Amino acid sequence: MTVAVTIESIDKRFLAFQALRNVSLDIQPGELVALLGPSGSGKTTLLRLIAGLEQADAGRVLFGDTDTRDLSLRDRRIGFVFQHYALFKTMTVADNIAFGLRSRPRAERPDSAEIKRRVQALLELVQLPGLERRYPSQLSGGQRQRVALARALAIEPQVLLLDEPFGALDARIRKDLRAWLRDLHSRTGHTTVFVTHDQEEALELADRVAILHEGKLEQVGTPDDVYDHPATPFVCEFLGEANRLPVRIVGSQAFLDDRPVLGGLSQNQSGAAALYVRPHHLKFVDDGPLSIPGVVEELRRTGPLRRAEIAVSGLTKRLALDLTSQVAPAIGERVRVKITHATAFATA
Amino acid sequence: MSDATLPRHDAAAAPAPAAKPQSARSVVGESPIIQAALITVSLAFLLLFLLLPLITVFVEAGARGWSGYREAITEPDAVSAIRLTLLVAAIAVPFNVVVGVAAAWAIAKFEFRGKNLLISLIDLPFSVSPVISGLVYVLLFGAQGYLGPFLRANGIEIIFALPGLVLATIFVTFPFVARELIPHMQAIGSTDEEAALTLGASPWRVFFSITLPNVKWSLFYGVLLCNARAMGEFGAVAVVSGKIRGLTNTMPLHVEILYNEYMSAAAFAVASLLAGLALVTLALKALLEWRYGDAIAASRRH
Ligand SMILES: Nc1ncnc2c1ncn2[C@@H]1O[C@H](COP(=O)(O)OP(=O)(O)OP(=O)(O)O)[C@@H](O)[C@H]1O
Ligand SMILES: [Mg+2]
Repeated sequence: MTVAVTIESIDKRFLAFQALRNVSLDIQPGELVALLGPSGSGKTTLLRLIAGLEQADAGRVLFGDTDTRDLSLRDRRIGFVFQHYALFKTMTVADNIAFGLRSRPRAERPDSAEIKRRVQALLELVQLPGLERRYPSQLSGGQRQRVALARALAIEPQVLLLDEPFGALDARIRKDLRAWLRDLHSRTGHTTVFVTHDQEEALELADRVAILHEGKLEQVGTPDDVYDHPATPFVCEFLGEANRLPVRIVGSQAFLDDRPVLGGLSQNQSGAAALYVRPHHLKFVDDGPLSIPGVVEELRRTGPLRRAEIAVSGLTKRLALDLTSQVAPAIGERVRVKITHATAFATA
Repeated sequence: MSDATLPRHDAAAAPAPAAKPQSARSVVGESPIIQAALITVSLAFLLLFLLLPLITVFVEAGARGWSGYREAITEPDAVSAIRLTLLVAAIAVPFNVVVGVAAAWAIAKFEFRGKNLLISLIDLPFSVSPVISGLVYVLLFGAQGYLGPFLRANGIEIIFALPGLVLATIFVTFPFVARELIPHMQAIGSTDEEAALTLGASPWRVFFSITLPNVKWSLFYGVLLCNARAMGEFGAVAVVSGKIRGLTNTMPLHVEILYNEYMSAAAFAVASLLAGLALVTLALKALLEWRYGDAIAASRRH
């Protein structure tokens, strides 16, 4: 039922514009992979290539051992959920969901009682029983989203492709549907690729995250991998806030204005570098080696946490630090902060 | 965008502001005098130029009483004109529907070289005088035309015969269906079709169960207008017909002949049938808009 998807060095051009450059990605059977990237990075293009709605200029896509170029759209058995759902508005919800089954060649087509039964089962699976007679225009955004998913699941797809499945919904419903999709995936076990430009969504939902930037795959890895060990500055900045410190690396130590700020660097990358530090990887310390002196200039609340902004001599931007305890410094207080974790990228 | 594709809707909605409460008017910022003047002018125009002629047609048609009317429209030449008109429309309209849908489909769903040229060409029949299009066919297929000798040698008659009438009618009425469909299909885009294809539907099934239902109202409008014009066309048809009574005379031509022979009551009797057709077309359109207005608006909106 579910298959592995192998993407081998795909290139895709639209006229002069290079939308995808040498993209390769292996997806395990039953895996849930997020394609993450800013707008225009080629996420939809890659998804459409997997689906066969777009032809690659170079490279190929395999389902299991089968080259998809040998498969017709029907034989690919793709469950595709479009960015704006693309429900058939002249059909009821039930007819929408049954469309794929009714499109099968006569020999493989289930009889109408069986189709009805499956539609019911799918509506229950997506938690929308009783809505079969409605038209898409009579549904809320979240309901349309789930109907689109039921319609895609009806053909018993080998691979499920979701293009910004929650893109058009408000923040609250997005969160609910996230948990629901995760749950659905663990029950049905389809190999799933979903597109999103919301890094939080990608990190929370996916088994692995693939980050696209200007048509290139910057990094592929588990959420922990990509978050804690970003491969490029772009990935680091795209996945969450980070302080950027211009440092010099000498030996295993990083120096900010001749002051050592971080030690134990394993990479042998002496020279100028940018040190990326997430706000929660900074902490207040009383004193000691590798600590950075500064002045608290602002305190803000960011959701559950409180954030201090600290001016440090030699830095144009203030350092952002997430407070882990209730004890907060006062504005204007002189403090020392220490980096607990950071990623260094050499700069030219 | 729906406004641009739906001029009729605006026309139907136009009288409504007059019935709106005073407060609504001040929002628009026109003084009541200007508004009254505008309404009077347009009403007077409608009465004088549109309604009066229509009434005249029916009054004149009845000038000789019911039996005179019946005689005029059951007389053999009239019957054959009616039959010919229906036949021409029965060939030209389906042809234009098929070709119009194909052209609209190509323009709306594909990118190709010469697309803009094709769009302009579709409008050509609207910008060329029908008489000229008729003349072009005579020039091509007439006895003295470029293909005349070849056609005569093979015993094919086009000018002064049914094929000529059909060709001229097709040319003149071609834009109606395509122009109605193109903006609508473009607005809808092709994601619905792509969704159907990924669900395993064959191209035929996609066309008949997705594409066509999505544009059925525009298509119906187009057919309605195309048909009205096909039956009423005079200029182009007059040139290629030769006006052989009982053979190549369509209803509009028959009306003119009768009128020129000072048989005005008979002329108006036949004309009243054409006017009746126009009224039925209007009524159907109004009925559609009233009954399915929401569906039409919804399907056009997106
Ligand atoms: N049919 C096309 N013709 C020309 N250029 C295209 C076409 N489709 C996509 N592109 C271009 O390819 C690039 C990638 O587009 P794509 O739709 O894959 O982006 P995306 O990552 O899905 O963005 P978003 O998050 O905004 O949906 C864009 O710059 C876009 O303009
Ligand atoms: Mg996209």
